[in-house]
Amino acid sequence: MISIRNLTFSRGNRKIFDNISMQIMPHKITAIMGPSGTGKTTLLKLIGGQLKPDSGTILVNDQEIHQLSRRALYELRKKMGMLFQSGALLSDMSVYDNIAFPIREHTKLTKSMIRTVVLMKLNAVGLRGARDLMPSELSGGMARRIAMARALALDPEMILYDEPFTGQDPISLAVLVKLIKTLNQTLHLTSIVVSHDVEETASIADYIYLMSEGKIVGQGSPEELTQSDSEWVQQFMQGQADGPVPFHYPADDFSEELFAL
Amino acid sequence: MQYKWLEISVGLFVSVAIAALFFLALQVSNFSSFQDKGSYTVIAHFENIGGLKEKALVSMAGVPIGRVSSIRFDTENYDALVNIRIDAQYNNLPTDTSASILTAGLLGDKYIGLTPGGLDENLQEGDTIELTQSALVLERLISQFLFNSSDKDD
Amino acid sequence: MIIFFQHIGQACLKSIEKLGRASLFFIAIISSIGYVLLRPNLLIKQLFSVGVLTFWLIAISGLFVGMVLGLQGVYTLSTFGAESSLGIMVAASLVRELGPVVGALLFAGRAGSALTAEIGLMKATEQLSGMEMMAIDPLKYIIAPRFFAGFISLPLLVAIFSAMGIIGGYLAGVELLHVDSGAYWSQMQASIDFDADIVNGMIKSIIFAWLVSWIALFEGYDAVPTSAGISRATTRTVVNSSFAILIFDFLLTALMFGVA
Ligand SMILES: Nc1ncnc2c1ncn2[C@@H]1O[C@H](COP(=O)(O)OP(=O)(O)O)[C@@H](O)[C@H]1O
Ligand SMILES: [Mg+2]
Repeated sequence: MISIRNLTFSRGNRKIFDNISMQIMPHKITAIMGPSGTGKTTLLKLIGGQLKPDSGTILVNDQEIHQLSRRALYELRKKMGMLFQSGALLSDMSVYDNIAFPIREHTKLTKSMIRTVVLMKLNAVGLRGARDLMPSELSGGMARRIAMARALALDPEMILYDEPFTGQDPISLAVLVKLIKTLNQTLHLTSIVVSHDVEETASIADYIYLMSEGKIVGQGSPEELTQSDSEWVQQFMQGQADGPVPFHYPADDFSEELFAL
Repeated sequence: MQYKWLEISVGLFVSVAIAALFFLALQVSNFSSFQDKGSYTVIAHFENIGGLKEKALVSMAGVPIGRVSSIRFDTENYDALVNIRIDAQYNNLPTDTSASILTAGLLGDKYIGLTPGGLDENLQEGDTIELTQSALVLERLISQFLFNSSDKDD
Repeated sequence: MIIFFQHIGQACLKSIEKLGRASLFFIAIISSIGYVLLRPNLLIKQLFSVGVLTFWLIAISGLFVGMVLGLQGVYTLSTFGAESSLGIMVAASLVRELGPVVGALLFAGRAGSALTAEIGLMKATEQLSGMEMMAIDPLKYIIAPRFFAGFISLPLLVAIFSAMGIIGGYLAGVELLHVDSGAYWSQMQASIDFDADIVNGMIKSIIFAWLVSWIALFEGYDAVPTSAGISRATTRTVVNSSFAILIFDFLLTALMFGVA
């Protein structure tokens, strides 16, 4: 459904992706994991066609996304839901209007049909009661679930989650994990979850790509990865402070620096 | 309900602004005298127009009845040719009406004052006002005064 | 020394590049006019937050500027015994210069900065990206209605400013300092020309409206999406709008009222 081939992308002099290839399987949950700043958000933006790669191709539904006309790209995006890290709810509309917004813009449904759809989506994330709140009145976890409902508003075929678990309390976390799983199963979605929360992601993902410094350093099902004998993979999966990824940012020797004066 | 209030306040705002525009046009500027309900143009030659400008007022008995529409130099007579536009409602000015260039106050704008004559025929579109008096030019006035007084001395 | 010139060169290139981006941005806004016309409720909402919310600032400032003009005018003109020309002085300075210029400066400070901050914050909170991913063009849905609202509002606000100022001049000059009321209005009417003064003033305000709305929205859209970036963008909006207003005012005045 989505396939990335020999993708290279740089910000300034820094190569964020260095010739990576990935295959996202339809109707499965694929997780892309890596430390903060590896470029996970950047990857989602590349898939959504908001950024252009330096070289390589990204195929979505067998269409090369960066070759599409603006109109075709917008058509394709209607089939893609994206959950932003911050939720990205429109702050000047109520929860109800936020979810109704893409439906109103892209369909000719009547008012009452829109109402039905919106309430269904809200019900799916368990927040039908919050429809009259403004985004500023929502907690972080609620905002993310509303954003999820909005991402589902146009009944997309695939959905991209950007760090859905970050900064959530244990209960919201459990709710979100369950939601991603059940939505994927009941709606037959193709899901991409970008995250650095190992435990939660591993519990729902069918396949995981581990990324670091522009390269894919490990891939496989969660079980395969926990049994991997790569040190890097082990450090990341078990959350150890020191290992192949050093605790210290490169610096001069500490004792030398202390006594330098 | 909320949106209705929005619409009402925007409507009020736009109405107030349009009222302000009307105020500027009608109360502040000469817009009202612009929308002439018809006018006719007569011609006057002046030896010297002083500082008379286009759009200067034309009045009779102190009442504005028209405006200067254009000023040109007449290459045949070597004088100034002034077109005067007079409101159509004042269509009974005698043909021997005279025009003089006057000053509003000591330093004010120049305007044309018309003084009615006594003939029965009226000025028509394109007619010429024969009797004109040029603007008073201060330097000329002074030299005239000096000349006259030296005359008397003789 | 070479580095110094290199820096100048870089700065020039950067500003040319920015002007290029701003022009493309403007073209995109203009081509969205059909979209906005089909969604009048978007425009009305923005007319409210850009126009109506600036109304009181403009109306009250206009009134007081006019009252100051009235007082100063009487003090200055009375030395020539020309108080009767007060109406001309108040109206001419308001309609030709103060209305458009002060109105636009206030508008840039109140509405322009708010627009920049709003758009910048929408960018920082990924609302604009989010919209793009929902296949809705934020240039059409968010930016264009705000632009047209600003473009419509400022000329209206300037008319209100001038009108309030003339009333303020009347209050100070006639009611307070007993200039003759008839002279105030009649001299004004005799000297203020509809074409040369009122229409030219309106043309100025339309051009300022274009400048301020464009600058404010572009600075917001182009802002670095962090709190520091947004605050810098907001400052730039006020500074650049003010410069643009004053420079264009000079050019327009020279063009309209002649240099010769
Ligand atoms: N607009 C941008 N301009 C320049 N650099 C950026 C921009 N956005 C992100 N980056 C850089 O790209 C890298 C990857 O960012 P991001 O994709 O947000 O990482 P992640 O989501 O994995 O935490 C980071 O080092 C970040 O500093
Ligand atoms: Mg990220």
